Amino acid sequence: MTAIDSASEVQAAESVKTPDLLGPWALMWRQFRRHKIAYFSLFIVGFVYFVALFGEFLSPADYLKTNTRAPFAPPQGIHFLAPDEDGDSRFLLHARGLKMEIDREAMRRHFVEDPEKVIPLGFFVKGHEYKLLWLMPTNRHFFGPIDPKQKVYFLGADRLGRDILSRIIMGTRISMSIGLVGVAVSLIVGVSLGGISGYYGGWIDNLIQRVIEFLRSIPTIPLWMGLAAAIPLDWPPLRTYFVVTLIVSMIGWTTLAREVRGKFLSLRHEDFVVAARLDGLSDWEIIRKHLVPSFASHIIASLTLAVPLMILAETSLSFLGIGLQPPIVSWGTLLKEAQNIRTIIEAPWLLIAPGTTIVVAVLALNFLGDGLRDAADPYAN
Amino acid sequence: MIGFILRRVLYMVPTVFLVSIVTFIIIQLPPGDYLDTLAAEMGEAGADNTAVVEQLREQYGLGQPIYLQYWKWMSGILLEGDFGISFEKNLPVTDVIWDRLGWTFAISLLTLGFIWIVALPIGIYSAVRKYSVGDYVATLLGFIGLAVPNFLLALVMMYVAFKYFGQSVGGLVSPEYLDQPWSWAKFANLLQHIWMPVFVVGTSGAAALIRIMRANLLDELYRPYVVTARAKGMSEFQLLMRYPVRVALNPFISTIGWILPTLVSGEIIVAVVMNLPTTGPLLLRALLVQDMYLAGSLILIVSMLTVIGTLLSDVLLAWVDPRIRYQ
Repeated sequence: MTAIDSASEVQAAESVKTPDLLGPWALMWRQFRRHKIAYFSLFIVGFVYFVALFGEFLSPADYLKTNTRAPFAPPQGIHFLAPDEDGDSRFLLHARGLKMEIDREAMRRHFVEDPEKVIPLGFFVKGHEYKLLWLMPTNRHFFGPIDPKQKVYFLGADRLGRDILSRIIMGTRISMSIGLVGVAVSLIVGVSLGGISGYYGGWIDNLIQRVIEFLRSIPTIPLWMGLAAAIPLDWPPLRTYFVVTLIVSMIGWTTLAREVRGKFLSLRHEDFVVAARLDGLSDWEIIRKHLVPSFASHIIASLTLAVPLMILAETSLSFLGIGLQPPIVSWGTLLKEAQNIRTIIEAPWLLIAPGTTIVVAVLALNFLGDGLRDAADPYAN
Repeated sequence: MIGFILRRVLYMVPTVFLVSIVTFIIIQLPPGDYLDTLAAEMGEAGADNTAVVEQLREQYGLGQPIYLQYWKWMSGILLEGDFGISFEKNLPVTDVIWDRLGWTFAISLLTLGFIWIVALPIGIYSAVRKYSVGDYVATLLGFIGLAVPNFLLALVMMYVAFKYFGQSVGGLVSPEYLDQPWSWAKFANLLQHIWMPVFVVGTSGAAALIRIMRANLLDELYRPYVVTARAKGMSEFQLLMRYPVRVALNPFISTIGWILPTLVSGEIIVAVVMNLPTTGPLLLRALLVQDMYLAGSLILIVSMLTVIGTLLSDVLLAWVDPRIRYQ
């Protein structure tokens, strides 16, 4: 009866002026759009994951290929005007080849750009073979030297002459996915333990809370170091990857569990939950149909904020040499190359390029999470 | 109050016990032990020394079941203050670790002070002048502080200090002071160096605390009691300091509990980069060569001191806020 009444009322109102009836998710989206930096960060994060997905296509060179003739080659700029035979300059996208010079006084060799050597660059060029999205075999690359035999280092090369740009791109895949997998693990553990703790209360709540307090009271780095150092060096890379992810997510779940518990505690005695229980719904149904939807937005926000923490944790461990091991490339293993001051002085791009990537990615994820958290409660103001 | 402290100390006992067990399990996790490493190294030299290794194994009790080894280790620590032997250095662990632990905690505490001094005024300013240019700058710097990993900041600062200021980097004192006894000159030199790790370790904590302080104070600023005080004609600064800041400080103190573990963690990783004479490099090395008693003792003591620090912050909080005492 009342449903029909209100429906006809709405219809009557519609003929006069359509009221804005937005669902909670639409309200959140609207609130989120207002947070300019967070909205902008959404695109950056999207771009980073795009890079992670299409890594091989975007990288100009094979990230594992060494080049004995270009150790510590400096970054090569992209130039637009090249001189032709008559001495006039015309438009040509190109890089300049490197020339080795030996500094007799310091007894060191270093590279300079040679304006004579013109390496034409182009889009969708042919390069090394790979499988796009693990499926389609191809050899096209987004950008690079048109002649596949030429080598250009846009962000310089490391001590073995490997292309830093390609390595950063391929490392993006590992680092960003560790964030995602780690968060998935934290989500499962955190939500189940936090849910049990908050929904049932009593001794089990007490136990879980003590375990969480215990885990949080130990300094993480020594603990992680101990665990990570226990990973045998001869394990296959994939297994190391998953164990490192597990170690990293060990702390993440505690925050989430606390949050879920708090939400459960505050919602447990809300009228709609009591009503559902009186209607004869089982515990599981109440949790799934009523409790989870009412705090899902908060969980999403906390998860987003947990991703950068995991990325930083993995980076720290790999940097210390006890996380991921070569040949796996992550942002942390890249920074490991820049561990001592002498290398940094000689080849600052080893530090600057991966460092900037990490900071930008983590910053964007933080802003995104912050915006999501503000938007998670659209009824707050 | 005394009852509260006693209760908290009692709660600490199982925590410390658990820490010791977890530590011991962690250092037992890698397959093999230090003697395997040693045997491999000696084997490369071409000598047959199975007998020597077996004798050593007997001596250190490394062949025994784990719970016996644990018992031996723990009873040594509790009854005689003996943390075992560092295999690699062939010295008692206690000879190696104390001054390094001292430096770790000295730096962590200095950092805590630094964080407070920086975060308190900036947080208050950010809240009072909400959405001003200063607030936005503080927020942005806060976000960047959270996004830059400690060790990356350390590397960048070392690079800048070396390249543009020509300062020697790494270590806590310049090389020429290393083996000298303490003097004013050495102390001044120490001050020139120590600000860098303190700053590096402190940034992310300060960034977090600024945000917490701002949020706390914002919750209080528009309460009726503030309006009343203002209506009485109290000066704005006096009013701010006397009421809302004091209330907002409570969560600020309780955060020491979780900030201390992160500071110690940060200090350890920064120490590896900056090559400081603290626990960081020692722990990393010990873990890599499976010098298990050394690694275990370091993890154990660092964790325990952190737990004690957390206890102190709880006591401080209870002292400041009577509501917690009587819960």
